[in-house]
Amino acid sequence: MTNPVVLEAKNLVKYFPTVSKGLLQRSTDSVKAVDGVSVQVRAGQTLGVVGESGCGKSTLARLLMRLLPPTSGTVLLDGADITSLTGRELRAVRAKIQMVFQDPVASLNPRHSVGQIIGTPLKFLKVKSATGAREHVQELMELVGLNPEHYNRYPHEFSGGQRQRIGIARALAVGPQVIVADEPVSALDVSIQAQVLNLMEKLQRDLGLSYVFIAHDLSVVRHIADEIIVMYLGKVVESGSPSDVYSTPSHPYTQALLSAIPVADPRAAASHKRTVLVGDVPSPIDPPSGCRFRTRCPRAQDLCALEEPALIDRGQGHPVACHFPG
Amino acid sequence: MTDVLPIDGIDGDSVVVASIESKSPKRLSWDRFKRDRFAIAGLGVVAFFLIIAIFAPLITKILGISPNALDRNSLNDYGLPNGRFGGISGKHWLGVEPGTGRDILARLIYGARLSLFVGLVATLITTSVGMMLGLVAGYLRGRVDTFLSRLSDLVMTFPSLILTIALVRPGTQRLEAMGVPEGNPARLTYLMLVTLFFGWVGFFRIVRGQTLALREREFVEAARSSGAGPGHIIFRQIAPNLWGPIIALASMSLPGYVAYEAALSFLGVGIISPTASWGIMLQDSVHYYRADPTYFFIPGATLFVLVMAFYLLSEGLRDALDPKNDRQQVA
Ligand SMILES: Nc1ncnc2c1ncn2[C@@H]1O[C@H](COP(=O)(O)OP(=O)(O)OP(=O)(O)O)[C@@H](O)[C@H]1O
Ligand code: SF4
Ligand SMILES: [Mg+2]
Repeated sequence: MTNPVVLEAKNLVKYFPTVSKGLLQRSTDSVKAVDGVSVQVRAGQTLGVVGESGCGKSTLARLLMRLLPPTSGTVLLDGADITSLTGRELRAVRAKIQMVFQDPVASLNPRHSVGQIIGTPLKFLKVKSATGAREHVQELMELVGLNPEHYNRYPHEFSGGQRQRIGIARALAVGPQVIVADEPVSALDVSIQAQVLNLMEKLQRDLGLSYVFIAHDLSVVRHIADEIIVMYLGKVVESGSPSDVYSTPSHPYTQALLSAIPVADPRAAASHKRTVLVGDVPSPIDPPSGCRFRTRCPRAQDLCALEEPALIDRGQGHPVACHFPG
Repeated sequence: MTDVLPIDGIDGDSVVVASIESKSPKRLSWDRFKRDRFAIAGLGVVAFFLIIAIFAPLITKILGISPNALDRNSLNDYGLPNGRFGGISGKHWLGVEPGTGRDILARLIYGARLSLFVGLVATLITTSVGMMLGLVAGYLRGRVDTFLSRLSDLVMTFPSLILTIALVRPGTQRLEAMGVPEGNPARLTYLMLVTLFFGWVGFFRIVRGQTLALREREFVEAARSSGAGPGHIIFRQIAPNLWGPIIALASMSLPGYVAYEAALSFLGVGIISPTASWGIMLQDSVHYYRADPTYFFIPGATLFVLVMAFYLLSEGLRDALDPKNDRQQVA
């Protein structure tokens, strides 16, 4: 872990106000989508972000991308605070961080050709390319395994996997340092997931990219991540290297996520405590007091409702936000 | 079939897609449209009327007829057309107007000119203003949206026909005072302004709703990540996805405006005689509907055919331009 930190977030908070209009009074509740998350992404490495649907992963991605303004907290790129940049300075940042989106259909404008789609960042971020824009786009298409002759085709003519490759090519167009990939393979068939993952790993090696790689299950990030954070209801509950998280999962939520993965290795299976998640994720508008996981936690005790567990190392060798890790 | 390249086969699920001839969304829409026989028929009729309208002076000249020439010889002593069926003859193919003996075919041809002109201009201005405001309100949201939405609610509550009729006198006088030539130019300008005032709302609501939905799509966020500003996002990313519903809606509202002009002329607040208009012909013919039913039938049937053709065309356009059909067609 000697690589320098490229992208860092400190205590990011994002509350979405929910304006439920009563006849006379407006209640101002808020969805606590991200509630005090800190992350570090190191050069050439991958930060895996894992959690169930609705736990705030996409919101975190948008905060890192400066697509959403945070309620509080800071985002640092190469040590410089980028939290409130606008205009030209923000565009300079955009040339360094790009995003691959979750939905291979919705993330490509159906009325634009592939060439236009991949070329859009080049147009606005004024990145000098040695060759012309068209050649540059076609090189990118080749790089991600698309046929450059399909430059003038439209998104509906491509399969899900190919569309995600188009999204990756667009993200690569301006030669960024960091790519935030929001569940880039969740919408794809399992067989195609592996191909896209392999492509992303290869691109990382060849281009020295740093990734924030979001997934909703731990098996996907296992190979690609150098560092993993597990999120629950807007908070990080456990973080560490893949071996920390997989071999000595200490938060009951992480253990539950791991139990959900079919395990091939019987010894590993034995070492995992089987935890099955019961019930639904509580509303992020009104999360449980104390530990947010307590409504579904098999180990919950009185203390859990009273005091929120901090994300610290409690002798597990990596940080865990649980009063009773094990 | 020839361009199945191994490079596209990597995904395994793409071979079928790669083997089909490339088609843009426009091309797919056109292919769907071509298969719709009713829509093609509608398009044919609309095109026919357009040609007649554009070349009205030439056509009437070739036929040797004129919309304003009086032909007393074709009328009997009661002022009604000589002969049966409203005086249809080799000279006057669709008969003559009772009282004046003006040629009905010529008046119909010039009336098409006016009807289509009014319909096209009304559609163009209401569509473009409604679309503009809808895009801006839907994308910017907040106060701009609140203001425009309230305004549209307010306009909706006005009784448009009554106001149009009530204000025709002060309205045209005002315009004439401002230098618009008296008579039909002032009337037409007044009608277009009133139409715009009431007509933008429908387009505004639809475009605003669609824009609100489209702005949440990930391709808009992708454009923002690409450094694009609001101008690019509104006009290059969102607007191209709205052409389908807009064109369909516009082609549907056009016949409404054609009929609206006829109705207003009929009520005496539209075009002023002697200029030929279908509405004026209908209004005039009502007085003779017993003695000369042909006179009433001809402009009525023509209006019906044109409006019908537009509806068939707009139905076809709506299906053809629906992007939901793109993917199915490829599969
Ligand atoms: N623009 C918004 N306005 C209001 N609430 C929002 C907004 N965006 C997200 N949320 C809420 O914030 C919470 C977190 O959403 P987010 O999309 O970040 O979850 P996620 O972890 O990415 O889920 P998924 O796996 O389904 O993509 C959800 O409860 C969601 O409803
Ligand atoms: S703090 Fe308590 S409720 Fe929360 S995870 Fe740990 S044991 Fe469960
Ligand atoms: Mg998400």
